[in-house]
Parts: sequence; C-alpha cells; structure tokens
Amino acid sequence: MKNEGEATERPDNTAFTQQWLPAWQPILSAGIVIPGFLIIGLAFIGIGIGLFLTSQTIQVLEMDYTGIEKDSPCFRCTIQSVQNCTCEVTFSLSALFTGPVFFYYGLSNYFQNFRKYGVSKDYYQLTGDTQYFKSPRDVCSPYSYDSKNNPIVPCGAIANSMFNDTFELYQIINGTKKKVPLDGKGISWWTDYNIKYRNPLSVNGSFASAFDGTVKPINWPKAAYELDLTDPNNNGFLNQDFLVWMRRAALPQFRKLYRRITEGDYAMGLPAGNYSLTVHYNYPVLSFDGRKKLVFSNVSWMGGKNDFLGIAYLVVGSLCMVMAVVMLIVYAKFKFSEEDDA
Amino acid sequence: MICSLTICGGDEKRVDSRTIYVGHRPCPDTEAFIPSKFCDNRIVSSKYTVWNFLPKNLFEQFRRIANFYFLIIFLVQVIVDTPTSPVTSGLPLFFVITVTAIKQGYEDWLRHKADNEVNKYPVTVLEDGRSVKKESEKIKVGDVVEVVEDETFPCDLILLQSSREDGTCFVTTASLDGESNHKTHYTVPDTEKDLQALPATIECEQPQPDLYKFVGRMHIYKPEQEPAVRSLGPENLLLKGATLKNTKKISGVTVYTGMETKMALNYQGKSQKRSAVEKSINAFLLVYLCILISKAVVCTTLKYVWQSKEGQDEPWYNQKNQKEKDTNMYLKMFTDFLSFMVLFNFIIPVSMYVTVEMQKFLGSFFITWDKDFFDPEIQEGALVNTSDLNEELGQVEYVFTDKTGTLTQNNMEFIECCIDGFQYKHRDTRSELDGFTVTDGPVNKLQQKEKEELFLRALCLCHTVQVKEAGSEEVLTDQVDGIDGMQPQPEEERGFIASSPDEIALVRGAMEYGFTFLGLESKSMKIKNRENNIEEYKLLHVLNFDPVRRRMSVIVQTKSGETLLFCKGADSSIFPRVKPEEVDRIRMHVERNATEGYRTLCVAYKQLSAEEYAVADTGLREARLALQDREQKLMAMYNQVETGMSLIGATAVEDRLQEEAAETMEALQGAGMKVWVLTGDKMETAKSTCYACRLFQRGTELLELTVRTLEDGRLKREEKLLELFCVTLFNVNLKSWSTANQDYGFIIDGATLSLVMNPSREADASQYRSLFLQICQNCTAVLCCRMAPLQKAQIVKMVKNSKGSPITLSIGDGANDVSMILEAHVGIGIKGKEGRQAVRNSDYNLCFILPQFLYQFFCGYSQQPLYDAAYLTMYNICFTSMPILAYSLLEQHISMEILLDNAALYREIANNAMLRWRPFLYWTVLGIFQGLLFFFGVRFLFSNPALQDNGQVFGNWSYGTIVFTVLVFTVTLKLALDTRHWTWINHFVIWGSLAFYVFFSFFWGGIIWPFLKQQRLYFVFANMLSSVSAWLVIIILILLSLLPEILLVVLRKPRGPHSRQVYLFLPFPF
Repeated sequence: MKNEGEATERPDNTAFTQQWLPAWQPILSAGIVIPGFLIIGLAFIGIGIGLFLTSQTIQVLEMDYTGIEKDSPCFRCTIQSVQNCTCEVTFSLSALFTGPVFFYYGLSNYFQNFRKYGVSKDYYQLTGDTQYFKSPRDVCSPYSYDSKNNPIVPCGAIANSMFNDTFELYQIINGTKKKVPLDGKGISWWTDYNIKYRNPLSVNGSFASAFDGTVKPINWPKAAYELDLTDPNNNGFLNQDFLVWMRRAALPQFRKLYRRITEGDYAMGLPAGNYSLTVHYNYPVLSFDGRKKLVFSNVSWMGGKNDFLGIAYLVVGSLCMVMAVVMLIVYAKFKFSEEDDA
Repeated sequence: MICSLTICGGDEKRVDSRTIYVGHRPCPDTEAFIPSKFCDNRIVSSKYTVWNFLPKNLFEQFRRIANFYFLIIFLVQVIVDTPTSPVTSGLPLFFVITVTAIKQGYEDWLRHKADNEVNKYPVTVLEDGRSVKKESEKIKVGDVVEVVEDETFPCDLILLQSSREDGTCFVTTASLDGESNHKTHYTVPDTEKDLQALPATIECEQPQPDLYKFVGRMHIYKPEQEPAVRSLGPENLLLKGATLKNTKKISGVTVYTGMETKMALNYQGKSQKRSAVEKSINAFLLVYLCILISKAVVCTTLKYVWQSKEGQDEPWYNQKNQKEKDTNMYLKMFTDFLSFMVLFNFIIPVSMYVTVEMQKFLGSFFITWDKDFFDPEIQEGALVNTSDLNEELGQVEYVFTDKTGTLTQNNMEFIECCIDGFQYKHRDTRSELDGFTVTDGPVNKLQQKEKEELFLRALCLCHTVQVKEAGSEEVLTDQVDGIDGMQPQPEEERGFIASSPDEIALVRGAMEYGFTFLGLESKSMKIKNRENNIEEYKLLHVLNFDPVRRRMSVIVQTKSGETLLFCKGADSSIFPRVKPEEVDRIRMHVERNATEGYRTLCVAYKQLSAEEYAVADTGLREARLALQDREQKLMAMYNQVETGMSLIGATAVEDRLQEEAAETMEALQGAGMKVWVLTGDKMETAKSTCYACRLFQRGTELLELTVRTLEDGRLKREEKLLELFCVTLFNVNLKSWSTANQDYGFIIDGATLSLVMNPSREADASQYRSLFLQICQNCTAVLCCRMAPLQKAQIVKMVKNSKGSPITLSIGDGANDVSMILEAHVGIGIKGKEGRQAVRNSDYNLCFILPQFLYQFFCGYSQQPLYDAAYLTMYNICFTSMPILAYSLLEQHISMEILLDNAALYREIANNAMLRWRPFLYWTVLGIFQGLLFFFGVRFLFSNPALQDNGQVFGNWSYGTIVFTVLVFTVTLKLALDTRHWTWINHFVIWGSLAFYVFFSFFWGGIIWPFLKQQRLYFVFANMLSSVSAWLVIIILILLSLLPEILLVVLRKPRGPHSRQVYLFLPFPF
C-alpha cells in the first residue's frame, strides 16, 4: 500500500536537503602537487640530514656478556651448577663518552611479547590491593601458587621472570677500581612509578608484614619487599628495575634501561680509560638460545641511536624531489599535447 | 445442482469456487447455511509485529554472511581462550545489529502506520437492516458494504446497487494499474432495490491476481420461484484500491477480503531482494574470508614449526600450566587456529554493512527532501518506501515505464480534424468561425458547412460520455427547480466523464467549435448547436467499443424521425466499411497525423431506413438477451450494422506528453539504459506515444509481434510465433552486422506475451523466452502493450533473471511518480558512487589487520594483539565510519549541472563499475602496501626502543599505538584526498574523526579505568607524543602511504567532463 499522508509537506528548501551545500572543490593539479612535492622533498631532506647527523653523534658501546665462547669472561657462569656466579667484563674508552650515559641491558630471542606471558600478571596485586594477594588471578597460572599452594605475590610470568643480573661499574685508575655511581632512579615511566603501580600499605609499620601469607615468585632470590632494602621508595612494586621489566618489550630483541650515570665525577660522561664491569650473573638465557648484552649509550633529542629514521627521511625526501621532476616533465608534455588538441 | 454446489462451499480450500451468502442470510433453497471461513479484511504489508520483531529481525540479520560470521567469532571468543575479549567483536556487532534493527524497525513502523490507516478506515456496512460503521479490517466476506463518492473500495465487491439510475457506477483504478480514466461498472441485473432482504448467494472463483478476469454467478431466490441465475463478470466487480467516481453511493457485497483481494494478490511476492551492491560486497567478503583463513592457517603452521625448535615452545620464563600441558595436541592446534581467526577477524569489516545501511537510509532522505522531486500540484515530494535499493539507482540497465500517466499526462486534447478531405485546425483567434477554419485548400463554403456540422454532430453524439454532475449542492437545486435542469454552467468548466479520455477530448473539441453536448437524459441526448438551439436526439442503441472491432457506434433518431448511425473508430477498422473513393481523401491526413504522434479516429455515418433499422433493432435486442455466446452474436450483429457507411472525417487527438518526457527518454537512452514501455494501452496509441517521446526515432526499425501479425490462417499461433521469432532474430542479427547504427524497436502485445510465457507445451517455454530475450536485448527500445499488471511484473522478472542479472528500474503507478521519472536520472547520477565505500572499507581493514598479522612473526605466533582492545573495537565504528558515511552521502564528484546535461556519464558508473574486481584489486594491493609500510616502518624504529630523550624505552603497546595512529590518519587522509566536494560536513567529519581519535586516545590512556583488569594503555599515547622520533615516523609513514594515491590522482589523465565534452553529449541543440 502506498502511504500518501507521509510527505505532503513541501520539502525544506535548505542547502543541506537540496545537496547544494557550499563546497570547496580542491583539485590536485600538477600546479599544486609539483611545488608541494618539491617543498616536502626539501623539508624531508633537511630533517633527514639533521636526524642522520644527530644519530651519528650518539655514542654506543655494546657488549655481549652471555658467555658463549669458551674464552669469554662469563663462560664459567653459564655452567648450571655454579651458584652466585660473578664475572668481570672489561672495556676501555679511547675518548670521553659524553654524559649523561645510559646503561642498558639487552636480551635477544626473548619473547616478552608472548600473549600468555603478557597477560600473566595481576594488576590488582600490583596496585597494592592485598585482597588479591591471597587469591591471584587465574591468568597468572602457573605462577600463582607455589607447590605448597601458597599464593605468589607478585604473581605471573612477567614478574617471575624479572631480570636479575646486577652490575657494578668501576673505572680502573692506576690499577685501582673506582666505583662509578649508577643512578637507578628515573629509569621507568613516571606514570608507572607514580600512579599505575602502588605498594600495599604497611601493616603495623612493617612493609614486609603486608606480604604475610604470600610467597615470593619462584625464580626470585628474595621477596618483593626486599628488592631494595636501602631505599623504601624503590622497594616492593615500586622498584624501578621491576617497573622497567613489567613494561613489556615489543620485539624479541630488546633493551631495557638499567641505570643512568649522572652523578659525581661521571656526570659529564665516562672519561677515556679502562673500565671493569662486575656482573652478578643470575639470569639464564641459553636454554632458549638467548643472548644478553650490555649497552652504554647517550641520547639526543630523538632518543637513542637510530640511523633508520634519518635514512628514511633522506630517501623519501629524495624520492619526492625525483617525482617532482618526473611530474614536471610528464606534465609539461601532457600540457603541450593538450593544447595541441584544443 | 445448486444445492450440491452450495454444500460444497464448506470446504473452500479444496474446491475452485467459493460461495458467498449475501448479507450472511441463509438462503431458502439450501438446506443448511454453512458459514465458510474466509480471511479477514486486514492488509498486512508490514513484516514484524511488536512480539516477533526481535527474534525475526535477529534471525534475518544473522542470515547475512558478515553478521553470522561475527556472531561465530563472538561465540568463539566467549568459549575459547582467545587473544581478544569477546567485547572487541561483540560491541561492534551489537552496534551494527542495533542500528540495522532500528532502521528496519522504523521502516516497518511506517508500513504499520500505512496498514493501520487502511485497516482502520471506517466503512459503512449494512447489517440487519441498519447501517453500521465498521473498521475496514472487520469486513467479512458476504457483508454488504456502502461506498460513497471519492472513497476507495475497502475490499473486492460485487456491485449490487448504485445511486445512478442506469445501474452503473464509475471507478478509477489509478492506484491499481495506473489508468486514471473512469471505467464503467454495472450492477447485477434484477437485484432488488431492498438490499436488506436480498436472498441470494454468489458463487465465484477463488481469488486470483488477474485484475481483468472474474467469473461468477449469482443466484437470486424469490419466494415460490425458481432461483434466478445471473452471470457475473469483471464489469460487476469493484476492486479494492479503486476509487468511486461521479457516483454518489453504491452498495456491494464483499467477495474477496484482505490479502485475498486482487490488489493484495498483485502486490504480493515483493520479497526483499539483495541489492547488487550487497552481492558484490558478499563476493569481496568471501575473498577476504579466504585471506583470513589462509592467514590463520599460515600462522598456525608456522607456530608449530617454530615451536618444534628446542627451547622455543616452553622457555623457563613462560611455562605452561597443567591444563595446557594436558590438552590434546590437535585440539591445541585447532584452538590456535581459532585464536588466529579471532585475532585477524577484523579484516572483515563489521561496520561495512552498517555504513552501507546508514548510507542507504540517510540517502533516501535526500531523495525525499529533494525539491526537484516535489510536485507542486499534488503537494507531494518523492516518497522512498524502502531504502534498501537506493544504490541500485546508480546501476540501472533497464528502465520499465508505464505509459499512461507516466510518459503522458493522460490528458487528451483535440488538435485537429479533417472533414471530407479538408484539414481544420483550431486557431486561437475565435473571430473567424469560432476559430474553426480550413487550413488548406479552397473550399466550397456552403456545401462544406453542411459537412462540418454533420461531423461535429457526429462527435457530439457518438460516444458514451457522461456530463459530470457538479457538487451536491447544485444537484440539489437542480432537483428542486426541476425546470431548468440544464442550467448552463460555464462551458469551459463543464466536466465530462468517460471510460476513455479520448472521448472527452472529442466532445470538448466539438464544444469548442460550437456543438455542446449537454447530457443524456432518459435515452435522449441533448446538444446545443452553433445557433445556441438545443437539438434533441433519441438514443436508440449504443454499439459499444471493443478492442477487436476497434470502433463504436450509436444509433440515434432525430426530431424529424430520421434514424442515423454514427460510427467512430480506428482507421483500419473504418476504412473497409466505407466507400473507397472517400477513403483516399482522408487517408493522407490520418497517416500524417499518426506519424505526428496523434491518436487518430475516423468518423463515419449512415442513414438507416425504417426497414433497415427494424432489422438492426430486433437483431441487436435478440443478441443482447442471448444467454449463450452473447459476445459472438453481438459482434456479428455489430458488424452487420456497421457497413456501407460514408466517411465524414477524421480527428486527431493528442495525449500530451509529460513535460520533458522526450528529453528524459533521450537522456536515459544516452545513459545507456534500455527503456521498455509496458502499458495496458492499445498498440497504436502506445506506438505513437513512443514516437512522440522519441523512444522510437524516425530511423528506428520496428519489429512487431502482436496478435495481428500472428493471425495467419495456415499456421497455429504458436508455430507462427516461433517462425516470427526466428525471422526477427535473424533480421536483427543480420542487419546489425551490415549497418551498425540501425536502432531497433520491438513491439509485443499481452496476448503474444502470454503465449511466450506460457506456451502450451512446457518444454518450449525456455526456448521462447531465450529467443524473446535475445531479440529484446538487441533492441534499444521495447514496447509491450495490452499488458496486465502481472504480466508487467513477469517481464521485469524475466529480464532481471536474465544473464548478467542487470539492474532494472520500474516507473509507474499513479501520479506521484510523475516528477520522479522526469528527474530520475538526476537522482541516479548523484547517487552513483556509493558502492565504492564497501571496497574502501575492506581495504581499510586490510591495512588495519596486516600489521597485526606481521606482528605474529615477531611474537612467537602467540596471537599477541598489536593494538589495544579499545582500538580494535572502535576502529570500524568510531574512527573511520563517519567520514565514509559523509563521503558516500555528500560526495558529488561531478557537479549536478554537468550530470544533468550529460547523461552519458551514467555509463561510467552503471554495471556496478565502481565495485568491479579491478578497483577491488587495486585497493587490496594498496592496503597490503600500506600494511607492510606501517608495520616495518615502526619495526625499524623500534630496533632501538629508546625513543625518548630521557633514555627510557617504549614497550609493545607503544608500538601498536604508533602503528594505529599512522593507520587512522592514513585512511582518513586518503579519503580526504578522494573527496572532491568538501562541504562543511565533510570538513567536520574528517577533521572531527581525527580529533576524536586523538582526544579518545588521551582520554583512554589518561585515566585508570576501574573496570579494566589491566591498564595497558595508561599514558602510552601521551608518552608517544612526547617522543620526537615517534612524531617523525608517523609523519613520514603517512606521507609515504599516501604517495601512490597522490601520484595516481596527478598522473591519471584528468577524466570527467570538460566543457566541450558536455556539448557533445547534449541530446539536441536548444
């Protein structure tokens, strides 16, 4: 049936209903695109040069200390039976390593981005909610209860697998070791430290009692409340190393910030000379064919050293220039033939 | 016999006839009154009720591939441990389903409203001697219903009583078959005046859709007498949907109700069909589904290959729990497969349908709103009844149009006549002989004047026109006065009613030249001649018009006692019956008029002597009373009487074309559409209209396939048909080889068509049809005349189902389509580009999901999502859908004026060109390119994740967020590049979407959400923006991924109309 009563009113005569809205009709003509490409090309080349040069100025020192080779200093620590193994890696700098120097550790073939691994944590525990200390979430399994069925805090695979090699850096001056102070503050995201993660409230003035009835993660040598006994602000879930570890890496080959060298004599950087790095080798990676390394690097406004961005900008910039020229030629030809037709 | 028949009436379902008790009164003759069950008079065009809406609508929606697919994905997410939560696909699905349900619910609500208007319409029913007002839906079969003037019949009625004296009533069936002229219907003879106590039964066939067929009989029981039997035909049946005209009141008995009425049966089978765009979408979805499955298979396989390496499957830091260890290996594989499916499922855009739905829905408003579709006369704009097929407007290949009222105004005008070989044309100046002058040749004034007057009298007398009774008030005064019943109304305003508008035109024509028909009163016709004297003629006989004879006659008696026969009819039927020497003089004029597109009629007369009349009179009376073979007997008698006449002249009447009909037709043909005219009209008229509206050009060769060409003594009709088919086809093919530019027009009539459609041997059907189609497809224009409405539908269906399933467009039914056809190509032109968005949407999703796929290679195939769940969920429904919608609604890639002038542009978008595989492939390749670019660009950046100047490192969510940001900006800007018509809405939506994305990201990452079990995006976006490198990589990736598009736009030879092209395509020079 036709419904006649519906549209008896005259349609509104507005620009919208009549599809006459004033419209801007840009045409991507060669006259705009060619200069546009030229400008973009120039700008990109400029940025690219800047990026590339900046990247070149960044100093990076990388050392693998996994100990695969028999003659490497940490080889002996790779043997399973050795407990509390310490090894010493030495290196020398021929020039000043400009500060502030950032001290990273790096892991390869390590999948922090495994899905099951990634969800294996209890956010409520990590906000200090003691309710969840007693019954960790299922996703933490198999790292939620120990063999005696005590709840693990912090539960889950991420926390359990926290990187626990520690390093001490010494400058060797005339045969004596001078300790380089390593700054462990400010290595994690500000929001992680200040907002996202919270420690449980102390019970009867004792932080440790908040963890009563729970056990430490299986692979940890000590409990969460003992991560940094020297500084209560760096203890428990707010331990900076812990926070850095909890922010999962995107790729199986990654580096994480370990320390900054910002203090004392080394605020301006590491002067030229010989250095010794004492590694407390705890973290096993060989079972999954992983590698561990140390990275010293300084950063610029663009972050760490990364040549890719500069090169990409140079390439795309040049590409734009080339295309502008090609288009100019094509356009000129096309335009002339058009005029011939007319 | 009667008894047995009426007893059978009980089980209606099994017999082919039904018995109706008039007024539900048991009839004396039958032993038992068996009230039979018929359906009630409710019309239901709506699909849902309040109760079944939810289940039924859901069921229908989930029948769509995509929706069903998402439901499955959702269920998998609920059941299996999958990388993303069920919310990510549940929410978009819910959104899509809700929006679609709302839209369909709204449309159904409109249908409900329309149904209700019809069903609740108050109707007067005679019940137990009283008139009772009832709602229309309460009418039962057997009820006696009263209908007053200008009301629509609420159901199919047998006319029992009319307020007109002669037992007739006039109806117009405009809303049924589009014929707006008045048709005469007759009461059943001998029904008593007192309907309250009419004991009668009606026995008629079961409902069938043919509007022009009805067979039944009525038994009228009289006390102490054999029941009288009256046969009932279509002339007694008043159809639901038709309107009573020029008759104050009628009463009739209901025979068919509700969904069994002929109208409802004709409207049935309007099933929801899938639009072509949706079909293409489905095809593309299938491709994407294949990509999806292969991706999942690849990932699953690689996962197990990778895991087989030592130490990879279960490193110490990520051990499996007991349950995982216990799970069967193959089950694990299957679960992994499902997980990958879930992870990549967004490659199939959930919002695609909803965007398409919304676009159609909102787009239909533009049609409603369009001022150019507004008809000021009827105060109505275009009404979109279903928005489902909007986009098909851009894909039309065949246009089926009704003739009367659509191509023409159905408003006849007397143009000229030819009397005794001299042409008379009406001139505006009334000074000279009332403007009636000879326009060619010299003329013997005196003799000619006689002829003139005879001719005009003939026009005044030879017709079945009624004078329209003016408003009831005037009628009342007439009755009171009784003296001057013929109070002359202003002549120009005098209304006439006739079954054919031609007759009115002729009577009006005569009136303009001084002879006015005043009316028919008790068998006497009054005309006012030029001297303003009233002449009176006694109407003795009317030899009715019929399509076979193609003429009609009246026999009248003048005051002086002369008996005259006036006859008018088609030239072909008159010429053989008049003296040959008269013919030649007139034929020239007739032929000339016909080629000019006028409807021509010839007028002849004959004087009957008393003896002749007596013979004719008795013959006619006998034939009329004959109970058997009445038709044939009458026909024979007519033919006998209408001989030996002398030709007086010929008339030319113009059925004026709709404004710009010819231009529209040419534009349609220019746009590459094939135009078919389907009409109930007779062939000649239709043909001339086709010429007039330039559907047939002068050079068009016409191929005729009608009853006339089939009439061949030697062969049976069907054999002849086959022969003709082959000959025609051969001709067409042959000639199209030799002369490339020959246009063909094809004419077929209803009878022949039914022979084609339903041949006596079923086996031939497909052969006939394919032959028929082949011929039609080779013709630029096809004219089908004498069509029943259902036959029209048959034709449309046949073409629709033919090879390549072309899109068809039908125009017709009533006056509100008038402006629609005139402007149809406008709407089509503007609305043509929609299909593209479907492809776009899918390519959006390809570059959306591809990085996620690539990420699997870097995360140990562990189904780690790259993007946060919120982004996965919102991508389709919030970040990208609005610009697409606005684009599809508002884009005018070519301006309206150019489109209007340049119908050939339509060819570009017809055939679903925008949705072909080539562009689809292009978009897909582009999507892959972009996906690779996004992922690896960021991958190389993350080779050193220390991206901030404080040396801190970014994690996996930062990675995903950078990719996602590039993605959202790229797809939106790509759309911006493609937008050629930037209204403020486009600006608002495009920049708004981007702003919304940024705002949302800040918001989403700026708050610790209490209901979330993890806060993985907390400050990720803000941190990302604090890194210069992230900014730089986002900028370069966006630019790089847009580069191909920009290049294509610039380097492609600028298409689209230049000014000179436009003139080339103009239909004709103004």
